[in-house]
Amino acid sequence: MILHPGILALLLASVIVMLMLLYAAAIGTAILFNWDFGSSSARQLALERKAYLVSTLVSYAFGFVVLSGLLYIYTVDDIHELFVGAMCAVGSLNVNPVGWNVLWTKILSFFLAAVWMALNFFDQRAEDFPLVKIKYLFLLLIVPVVAVDLYFQFRYFLGLEPEIITSCCGSLFSEQEATVAGELAGLPVGTMIWLFYLSVALYLAAGTLCLFSRAAFARYLVTVMSLLFFLVAMASIISFISIYIYELPTHHCPFDILQEGYHFIGYPMYISLFGGVLFGLFPGIFQPLKKFPSLRAEITRVEKKWVILSMLGILGFTLISSWPVLFGNLTMQGYY
Amino acid sequence: MTRHLKILEYALSSLVRRKYKNLAIIAVYSFTIMVLASILFLTHSLKTEAANILATAPDLIIQRTVAGRHDLIPVEYVQEIKKNRGTGKVQPRYWGYYYDAVTEANYTILGVSGTPPELALVTGTAPAGPGECLIGQGVARARKIELGDELILVNSKGKGVLLNVVGTFTAAAEILTNDLIVMPEEEVINFFGLPEGRATDITVEVRNPNEIQNIAARIKRSLPDTRPITRQEIIRTYDAVFNWRSGMMLTIFSSALVAFCILAWDKATGISGEEKAEIGILKAIGWDTGDILELKFWEGLVVSLTAFLLGLIAAFTHVFWFSATILAPVIKGWSVLFPDFRLIPFVDVYQIFVIGCLTVIPYIASTVIPSWKAAITDPETVMRG
Amino acid sequence: MQGANQDKLLWTEAVTKIYNPHLPDEMVALDQASIEINKGEVTVLKGPSGSGKTSLLSIIGCMSRPTAGRVVVKGKDVAKLSERFLTQIRRKTFGFIFQQFNLIRDVSVMENAALPLYPTESGFGEIRHRVDTMLDRFGIAAKKNLKLRKLSGGEQQRVAIVRALINDPEIIIADEPTAHLDLELAKDLLTILADLRQGGKTIIIATHDPMIFEHDCVDRTISMRNGRIEKISMRKQ
Repeated sequence: MILHPGILALLLASVIVMLMLLYAAAIGTAILFNWDFGSSSARQLALERKAYLVSTLVSYAFGFVVLSGLLYIYTVDDIHELFVGAMCAVGSLNVNPVGWNVLWTKILSFFLAAVWMALNFFDQRAEDFPLVKIKYLFLLLIVPVVAVDLYFQFRYFLGLEPEIITSCCGSLFSEQEATVAGELAGLPVGTMIWLFYLSVALYLAAGTLCLFSRAAFARYLVTVMSLLFFLVAMASIISFISIYIYELPTHHCPFDILQEGYHFIGYPMYISLFGGVLFGLFPGIFQPLKKFPSLRAEITRVEKKWVILSMLGILGFTLISSWPVLFGNLTMQGYY
Repeated sequence: MTRHLKILEYALSSLVRRKYKNLAIIAVYSFTIMVLASILFLTHSLKTEAANILATAPDLIIQRTVAGRHDLIPVEYVQEIKKNRGTGKVQPRYWGYYYDAVTEANYTILGVSGTPPELALVTGTAPAGPGECLIGQGVARARKIELGDELILVNSKGKGVLLNVVGTFTAAAEILTNDLIVMPEEEVINFFGLPEGRATDITVEVRNPNEIQNIAARIKRSLPDTRPITRQEIIRTYDAVFNWRSGMMLTIFSSALVAFCILAWDKATGISGEEKAEIGILKAIGWDTGDILELKFWEGLVVSLTAFLLGLIAAFTHVFWFSATILAPVIKGWSVLFPDFRLIPFVDVYQIFVIGCLTVIPYIASTVIPSWKAAITDPETVMRG
Repeated sequence: MQGANQDKLLWTEAVTKIYNPHLPDEMVALDQASIEINKGEVTVLKGPSGSGKTSLLSIIGCMSRPTAGRVVVKGKDVAKLSERFLTQIRRKTFGFIFQQFNLIRDVSVMENAALPLYPTESGFGEIRHRVDTMLDRFGIAAKKNLKLRKLSGGEQQRVAIVRALINDPEIIIADEPTAHLDLELAKDLLTILADLRQGGKTIIIATHDPMIFEHDCVDRTISMRNGRIEKISMRKQ
């Protein structure tokens, strides 16, 4: 076990967050079974008060969940020097492959937590708490995901042995490999560039449509396109954006861009991408909730902000990624 | 937006009204953060400094082992190693440890020919001929000598050897040169009585850093009684040791953190009758539970940030101005020769974030439930007087 | 005569309040109370302690929810609203004067008066202006930066009134306002309440002080006993 301060911080904070969520979930379950808003009984009033506690606990806990992804990636990258053969986060993750699972659970938790916070936001703004049941059921679904994430984190960090020689992104993201990563790295650059910019244009078009139209279809479209764009963007990072940043046609690693040597450009890229995709997912997810009359006006009002934020996020990501492609020293003309 | 600012303003006025209680919490909190931050700043600074200096260390060091223990290496191995493509300069090194009975300290005696690059941080000159030496700060302090003085050592035959100190290492290089005595190679060979054709180890320069592992493997194959050590391995070992030490300290510190959280909880729960009445009044005149929770949030945030800043500044001062007098012994390792140097101030966002996670999150977690209990005060109680 | 429906600012129908239901110390504070409050009138809830006046006041003042019954304030049914919305309505519609002032002692006059406006969207400038105007109207503008405990009883009373009026409420609720006042201050308060009535405010006072319920400005008196409405009498013309 490596007693690295970042690891200790991550584990301690994760344990605290887990405890807060478990307590909140316990209260949430009581609320779920006994909630009766029409009643003015003492029990109902006590439940309404407890609902505030759950909101506060979960908001703080999820606030950390959202940030912990960044902390995890930075820590994993920071410890790579302790392992033979590791040049970046990929190397550290390969030392104990459970680390990859942590990455997936963190990404999943991020999206789930953000959706819950949005649900809570609307529920509190309605006069009759229409989303109580949905909210607490959803919470009971998220808590196990966070628990699994914690379990994987402990298994990963406790299982790190510096003597293990690991392989790095060079072999993982090599075009010759028959893995998913390898396939992505091997995608033809010219085609991917076209596909990427086309996706950006289509997404912005869908967003604009959503801003000016009231059709439910527009909202679902934005959500679906947001998800698709996420996949295209990740593939693009691996297939061509990374090589322009590294100015090396064989370097496809999506993690090295988080390092100091590349001015930490990975952070604003990923933050704007994840932020943009997240806000893009909301309109479709919350469209069915407009059936609650007490929520309709509020959701419609906030929806516009989501779409604008999402478009800004995607635009930001596109600009940051395009800069090295357009103005970098690497020219791939003739290699397409 | 204005609403948040107004509640913040009330939170500040509320904190000032209960200044003694809040100052007590901030004092303990800052101290906790100071200890934690000192540990992290010190470790990080030492690691960075070591890495910077080790950057000029040889890419590969070839040692020889006999029966699992280090032994002298035949100088003819140099030719064998040179056969590997990709190697640059390959040189034998002559050095050893010296136990000084006078000061009960261990020095390292290193032989040089010419002016090796890593010895550039010198006041005076490098030793050019016999009878001259260059010493580290630790040696100078232990023996109470300086540039121009004489150093007497006892060689392997038991005879005293007089050396003129023609140079001393500067403080900036202390971490690795503290206990070093540098002399011309011939002197070292004579001093230790090294047999003909034997050196302590061999340094190898490798042109392409990506090839270091490969070349090390090839050398091991062609010379099976050798042990190649890469620079990365050395850096890794230092890193691991520093991490281990700081991690150990942090684990000990965690008990202090728990004590602090209990204090925070206790203070938050022990809300005075007056404070409770105040919240009742606020609720009666139009503040809802959410507003009171926000009030408590701001109070907690202000306390946390104040303590955080004070703790960080105190830690920075402690580590970088006072050279971490309290913590240094544990982190740097027990040793008679104690490097006494100004650590290079180095702080980054990640460290600050880690310190925040280790302190602010437990504090907030301890105060959520007591804050909520205070916030749900029934306004009706105010009506009843 | 009874006001026409559109003057009815607030009414309750069969409101019941039970504390600690199904427990040994269960207490029925209100039992089927139905009342009407008309705009611009001064209504007094009269009765001995334990008659349910305070419980009724806190329910119609949107401070607590009834166990059963309807409460309609300015056309909106508030009996089943969540705390957040109840508070919003309370903030906008009501101003409270408590029997023990319930001001915050270590806080300045200005801040005390402004507190009800803090959780609203009013800006700092707007709040300052309103507080200054109000304090001036009641003659205590000069003391606005002093801590409350430096003021006399009468001055504190005025601060309490300013606080009750700061959000320009339609309805003023006063719970035993003269219980802790000497004669002079009590008369003073009544004069102010009468002025407010002249200015169009609706006032509801719970009291067992005859000085209040026999005052000229009172339009309607509701007598209560044991949680029930016993009698409603209008002002003698």
